[in-house]
Amino acid sequence: MDGWLGVVIMIVLGVGFAGVMIGLSILLGPRNPTPEKLAPYECGMPAVGDARERHSVKFYLVAMIFLLFDIEIAFLYPWAVALRDLGWAGFMQVVTFFLILSVGYIYVWRKGVLDWGPVARAVRRQVRDKAA
Amino acid sequence: MPETLVFYLLAGLAIGASALVIGQRNPMYSVMLLIASFGALAGLYIQLEAPFVAVAQIIIYAGAIMVLFLFVVMLLNAPQEDAAEWDRLHPLRQPGIARFGAMLGLLLVVQLAWALIRAAEIGAPVGSRSDAAAVSSVREVGRVLFTDYMFAFEATSILILVAMVGAVVLARREDAGEAEGEER
Amino acid sequence: MDLRFLIQLGIIGLTFFMLINASALLVYAERKVMGFMQQRYGPYLVGPHGLLQPLADILKLLMKEELRPRGADRWLFTLAPILSVTAAFAAFAAVPWGAETTLFGLLDEPVKLGVADINVGVLVVFAITSMGVYGIVLAGWSSNSKYSLLGGLRSSAQMISYELSYATALAAVILLAGSLSLRETVDAQAGYWFGVIPRWYVFLQPLGFIIYMIAGVAETNRAPFDFPEAEQELVAGYNTEYSSVRFALFPQAEYINMTTMAAVATDLYLGGWHGPFLPPEYGWIWFLVKVGAILFAYIWVRWTVPRYRYDQLMRFGWKWLFPASVVNLIVTAALVLALNA
Repeated sequence: MDGWLGVVIMIVLGVGFAGVMIGLSILLGPRNPTPEKLAPYECGMPAVGDARERHSVKFYLVAMIFLLFDIEIAFLYPWAVALRDLGWAGFMQVVTFFLILSVGYIYVWRKGVLDWGPVARAVRRQVRDKAA
Repeated sequence: MPETLVFYLLAGLAIGASALVIGQRNPMYSVMLLIASFGALAGLYIQLEAPFVAVAQIIIYAGAIMVLFLFVVMLLNAPQEDAAEWDRLHPLRQPGIARFGAMLGLLLVVQLAWALIRAAEIGAPVGSRSDAAAVSSVREVGRVLFTDYMFAFEATSILILVAMVGAVVLARREDAGEAEGEER
Repeated sequence: MDLRFLIQLGIIGLTFFMLINASALLVYAERKVMGFMQQRYGPYLVGPHGLLQPLADILKLLMKEELRPRGADRWLFTLAPILSVTAAFAAFAAVPWGAETTLFGLLDEPVKLGVADINVGVLVVFAITSMGVYGIVLAGWSSNSKYSLLGGLRSSAQMISYELSYATALAAVILLAGSLSLRETVDAQAGYWFGVIPRWYVFLQPLGFIIYMIAGVAETNRAPFDFPEAEQELVAGYNTEYSSVRFALFPQAEYINMTTMAAVATDLYLGGWHGPFLPPEYGWIWFLVKVGAILFAYIWVRWTVPRYRYDQLMRFGWKWLFPASVVNLIVTAALVLALNA
């Protein structure tokens, strides 16, 4: 428990530091906003439309795949610490685990989820041609 | 009693943040509050001398699942939960389904109350049991996980595999439409 | 309030103060090194050799106007930089930076140099750094500017992609040390092989070290992986709309994150505070030297390697770095078991 107090103090210090700095700059800085100043930056042109547009589903997919592999990695840490007690049986378990997951990894790779930009477009075309 | 004080502080934070999650109209705020709630939960796990569970809570729930949630919120572009026409006509808002949902909610309350009463009967707080030591050591977690719970561990990999394939299949369907306007 | 507790608090305060200094010093070092690499002087007017330049910078930024663009989310816009900086400071809490010391006999029992001695230290660093992504995404989303949003999105996808390789590389070191405590890992690296080669894990984990360093650069959004703020494409990325101190907090968080990255690399791969010539009481000098060397390498890379393309970054992270880190882990595990039996 003792050690965690240090983490809490560090968090409090961090929030305090950031808060004080922002407060100081609000106190010291000038304040005369104009409509032009408050407009979102758009290379000198008036901004068109809302910035919060829908974006590619790719980001969502990457987050999903990351989440699944992250769960796998969370299992790896207790395994890594206890490996010397578990011996080869424990080793084989994780190898099996990885082999099963690698099927998913290869699937994701072949479906072009890990490709972006021009490569992704080429893969997508290929997949579609095969389907047609 | 600083321990008890910290417990009530964290518990209050967890409950308060969770209540605000469903009280917010802006889903972005809901995501942030849910992260705060997870952080308070991690603090409670630390109090129970289960640091590995606490850290896993932060890494997986607050660090990975919430990133996914954030992306979903941004993907759907829903700055507000507005009561638009299509929203009010949503199938989940039909009176029959709403009543069924309310019943499920009531069932949950009853279950929770029952669990609380039972916990009062058992009396001893969970952290003071003898197996608490086993939870606190990560090495012990590893040893138990890869011997007694071997099957569950391997089954997890199948579950992850299915989730991976499912995510790709669901996203691809949307992608097929996107492929029409290819050079985006 | 006994003396021991007060000294512990003093160590925490010192660490915090040194982190702020480190970020200021890194701003200076970066510009000075860049200057020399481009055959210029770099900052040289404020103070001796321009040493007071960071102070002048922060004073200037304090005097500037805080702007919040129209349509920006009032609370999240301010929360984002605070979150970034706090995560950066907190991540260093679990990193030990010196051997146990009695402060020249002042204390009966030795005190440990470091903010917090936690037996799952590696995981705590990993968990808190993974929180850093929210600062950037929130900054991007709340600004209501297209460049900011794109920067925030790119950066979050990049950070989570490289987090996998980074975490897997860490697991291989934990295998060797058999402990999640950073302090125990450092102490496992004391001594020498054959009397000359220090027992640092970098010699047992060369591939792991390289993976860790590359993923570390990507995690801290540094060049050649600085897509969140790729100026030719995104103006300034997620912090386009920020001004004054709220802006300054983002680079500060980045520099503190760099320091943490370098400090963790020192603890896990380079033997921490162990080194020749100095008694263990002064081990923290070795620690500073090693962290400084890694940070110099960071800056060196930034001014040498051009920026990648985004699809190259994702491809490299997912198709090369991640499989390599998994193979590294499995081979390490097999070797540990084979040599132990």
